[in-house]
Amino acid sequence: MRNTLAIAGRELHAYFVSPIAYVVTAAFLLLSGYLFAAILLISREATLRYLFGNLTTILLFVAPLLTMRLLAEEQRSGTIELLLTSPVQDWEVVLGKWLASLGLFAGILLLTGYYPLILWRYGNPDWGPVLTGYGGLLLLGGTLLALGTLTSALTRNQIVAAVLGVGLTVLAWLIDALSQFAGPPVSGVLTYLSLSSHFFDFLRGIVDTKDVLYYLSVIVAALFLATRVLETRRWR
Amino acid sequence: MIEVENLTKYYGDLAAIRDLNFRVERGEILGFLGPNGAGKTTTMRILSGYMPPSAGTARVADFDVFDDSLEVRRRIGYMPETVPLYPEMSVRSYLAFMARIRGVTNRKGQVDAAMEACHITDKADTIIGKLSKGYRQRVGLAQALVHDPEVLILDEPTIGLDPKQIIEVRELIKELGHERTIILSTHILSEAQQTCDRVLIINEGEIVAEGTSQQLTDRLTRGTLLHVQVAQPGPEVIAALSRVPGVTGVEPEDGGSYGVTCAQGQDCRTAIAATVVNGGWGLLELRAIEMSLEDIFLKLTAEDTATPVLDEQTEQTVEGR
Ligand SMILES: Nc1ncnc2c1ncn2[C@@H]1O[C@H](COP(=O)(O)OP(=O)(O)O)[C@@H](O)[C@H]1O
Ligand SMILES: [Mg+2]
Repeated sequence: MRNTLAIAGRELHAYFVSPIAYVVTAAFLLLSGYLFAAILLISREATLRYLFGNLTTILLFVAPLLTMRLLAEEQRSGTIELLLTSPVQDWEVVLGKWLASLGLFAGILLLTGYYPLILWRYGNPDWGPVLTGYGGLLLLGGTLLALGTLTSALTRNQIVAAVLGVGLTVLAWLIDALSQFAGPPVSGVLTYLSLSSHFFDFLRGIVDTKDVLYYLSVIVAALFLATRVLETRRWR
Repeated sequence: MIEVENLTKYYGDLAAIRDLNFRVERGEILGFLGPNGAGKTTTMRILSGYMPPSAGTARVADFDVFDDSLEVRRRIGYMPETVPLYPEMSVRSYLAFMARIRGVTNRKGQVDAAMEACHITDKADTIIGKLSKGYRQRVGLAQALVHDPEVLILDEPTIGLDPKQIIEVRELIKELGHERTIILSTHILSEAQQTCDRVLIINEGEIVAEGTSQQLTDRLTRGTLLHVQVAQPGPEVIAALSRVPGVTGVEPEDGGSYGVTCAQGQDCRTAIAATVVNGGWGLLELRAIEMSLEDIFLKLTAEDTATPVLDEQTEQTVEGR
């Protein structure tokens, strides 16, 4: 764990000196602020439900941008050789990298904290769905970041990692789109696999352990695969 | 300290190294000498635990590099050929990070000591991306030292440096070698001779020669080649040079130059100079020709394998007559 935190800490520091992190953060805040204002003006409801629902789409693109450099850049610059010849387990490297991106994402979410404060100042929001909504966004974000970490392990090119990442996150989000055309067993599986089918309960203030477990399993599976990819890179 | 047995590594179908066998004793500086593509980096990557061998074993401090990889990694400091650094970090924070993931408890003290040893204390707070190549190389060395490892593995530590920096880094390595076991790779013969206690010559993935720097020097200077240039060349010059004691061959070249071979262990330069001057031919130049790595390989392989073949052929021709 000590190694994981050391790697996460170094990576967070690298985020703060890289323009990418600032640009992505600024873009996310701008878009979400615009959506917040627009939705509020149109619906005149003291809820973040519609906003959060829309943010998921943005997240599909933002997460791979935050993770693209994590392992790709280490492989390109050769610093991975230092990490992998230090007394550190491969999974500690992967976990540390992912934690750093999760930390940054949590920070971004924190910066949106003034939306509920505005609602509270001028209206009477239902706090349950707001809190579970944030929890759901963090879980979903963590899952997307884990998928992005996986694609970043696959290549030494950040752009390729980002493109593969967006492809994977969008696919994982929309995989149930065709489920109504498929037969019963397949449609059930597709719906279960889809990231989106586990998300919207959170926005209604419902926390289902099955949904939480689903996201956690996807995170573990993606990080496990990323570790294996890193390991097989040694064998080349 | 390091024992390598039948070490083999394939990249796909290509054998980068084949059946390497060697040992490095505690406190020794071993030079790994070979041209590009010889398999130096591959060997070092296996020793450092970066990648597993295809066959054979390597042990560092009695730990297998594959089975006890973490134990091995704790004991070695490795500087890869590319000297990978995080350009956005300051020297101090970079070294502190490397110390941390290698489990150093007294981080401040160790980082300061490593910076001192590599003479980079004055750059402690500089961002690595802004350092010159020479300084980066030293940061790479400091990184390999920061956890005070028993074994140092340095892949071409002087590549890309200017002559002054090369001398500095070589001195530094010799200093470090007082307490540590070091393997360093190079493709420069004189570097291996000057810096290392023992040299291992590797070509196309195989060890072609091994010995102390002195042995190697003796072996290679057997039959030194001299370059002699005179103002008035002529057949009498060749005749006179051939009569100089110790000279085994004279080859005329362009522009009044001669390639003169001397027998092993003999320095015939004084005698040659005297002969040319006495003959009144005007000595313009007289120098020993340094062997390139290619010459060395030709020579070593000729000694080891080609010589007996040649003898056989000569005998046959003699019989045939
Ligand atoms: N990752 C790799 N994949 C395929 N071939 C490689 C790889 N690394 C090195 N080689 C090949 O293996 C041989 C030895 O390379 P290397 O160990 O880097 O030699 P050196 O360090 O002595 O220059 C070369 O022919 C090189 O092209
Ligand atoms: Mg090399």
